[in-house]
Amino acid sequence: MKRFSWFNATSLSLGFAFLYLPMILLVVYSFNESRLVTVWAGFSTKWYGELFRDQEFLDAAWVTLKVGVFSSTLATVLGTMAAYVLVRAGRFHGRTLFSGMIYAPLVMPEVITGLSLLLLFIGIGLDRGVLTIVLAHTTFSMCYVSVVVSSRLTSFDRSLEEAALDLGCSAFAAFRLVTLPIIAPAVISGWLLAFTLSLDDLVIASFTTGPSATTLPIKIFSAVRLGVSPQINALSTLLIGIVTIGVITASVLTKRAAVAQVRDEQKAVRAA
Amino acid sequence: MRKAVLIAIPYLWLVALFLVPFLIVLKISLSDIALARPPYMPQLDLTQGWAGLTAFFSELDLDNFAFLATDDLYWKSYLSSLRIAALSTLITLAVGYPIAYGMARADHAWRPTLLMLVILPFWTSFLIRVYSWMGILSNEGTLNTVLQWLGVINEPLQIMNTPTAVYIGIVYTYLPFMVLPIYSALEKLDDSLLEAAEDLGCSRFTAFWLVTWPLSRSGIVAGCFLVFIPALGEFVIPSLLGGSSTLMIGKVLWEEFFNNRDWPVASAVAVILLLILIIPIVLFQRNEQKAREAEG
Repeated sequence: MKRFSWFNATSLSLGFAFLYLPMILLVVYSFNESRLVTVWAGFSTKWYGELFRDQEFLDAAWVTLKVGVFSSTLATVLGTMAAYVLVRAGRFHGRTLFSGMIYAPLVMPEVITGLSLLLLFIGIGLDRGVLTIVLAHTTFSMCYVSVVVSSRLTSFDRSLEEAALDLGCSAFAAFRLVTLPIIAPAVISGWLLAFTLSLDDLVIASFTTGPSATTLPIKIFSAVRLGVSPQINALSTLLIGIVTIGVITASVLTKRAAVAQVRDEQKAVRAA
Repeated sequence: MRKAVLIAIPYLWLVALFLVPFLIVLKISLSDIALARPPYMPQLDLTQGWAGLTAFFSELDLDNFAFLATDDLYWKSYLSSLRIAALSTLITLAVGYPIAYGMARADHAWRPTLLMLVILPFWTSFLIRVYSWMGILSNEGTLNTVLQWLGVINEPLQIMNTPTAVYIGIVYTYLPFMVLPIYSALEKLDDSLLEAAEDLGCSRFTAFWLVTWPLSRSGIVAGCFLVFIPALGEFVIPSLLGGSSTLMIGKVLWEEFFNNRDWPVASAVAVILLLILIIPIVLFQRNEQKAREAEG
């Protein structure tokens, strides 16, 4: 506490004001009666009503949710497999290429990922729509999942797995009974990360979608291109609210889990 | 056998949906635009066997790359992207470092909350965070209204649709990527080092400059790359905040593809962008590796 000076307090307050003020303004103006953004004309929830009556937004939300759930689930399965291969499989032919392909999508500009996947889908004659967006999102988010899961895999004690194998478990049973419960928190945060990335993505979805499937970000982008819209403010407020509740719940749950784990370990020590 | 299947599934997925698409981009960047469906040629015709294959390869050329070199628009966009990405990375560092420093110096009980406050915007939609600045920066926006009300300015400032708005957008959206690695470097810093420096007669600032800054360097470098690399190919920020006057290569690629429907040129733009990105990516990997080795 000694070194916490007025300088630190100022930089923290200014920094967090910078981070949060734009979003707070967005939320405030979503309740504005007037269509003009800066003219406050009284409290109203009419933009929320308009939002829920707009069938196009509801359809886009449904498409986004479908794409998000399917792609993040697939990405979690594939990403966990990839992480397991990277950390546990040892050496095999093409390992360098494999780890390169896991890390490259993380730094690849979205415009390039989108363009290349679109050219592939056209090349093989796949109709563009929900399926192609799911394939695209799965591909880049499985890499994020694999990074999250592999950091957890490297940090845990391998002898636990070996003990299970010695006690007669098959490799799959050892994974299911020992490895999976230990890496479960990383797998869950990997899924959440993949889901958020999918919900967020504008560029890759724009490239890989067809006329039949419009996601929420595509709809938002085309609505705000020409300027601020109170309906989008209302939608943003809803999304910000959902994310805030989600993040706070997750951090409370992990805190509780950590406390419970410490208690269990203490119990185990006393019992021994 | 089981292991082979386990390796094969994610491997083949990435080959089919990452490597092959990229090779297609490379191939189309060597093709010519055509009024056809798909709008480029030559098309690979495998029914003709070897003759089709040789005919296909003989028609590939570097014309698109020559075109990129001669047309002003492209190299100006690359340069302007590099400048915008580099400068906004420095601004993000200047804004982010004090925040990370303040967090690392805060009371232990406060740190998890502060950390969550930095991470929260990261989970919030990128698009929405960029959009939130449209209402602030426009001519009738919050900033101009407040400044006019305070009497600081008489005419609204034109910030929207200028490079300044793009800088603000990049700094704002990528700030958590800068703060987090610097914070994790500063958090590990041993306070007794600073006390020793001050005992030995350093002023607070000299102690910071000689001890804290060098010890947080791996975090600074990581943060800078995490901002610079994605900012270089950024599309959403320049297209929402930058207007037509701001050239950035991600936007040029998008327009080349969707508006001009010139797929070969769009692919060539992508290939060059990737070549430019290889340098910072390799440097970033090296920095990460060094940091890992330093940790043991």
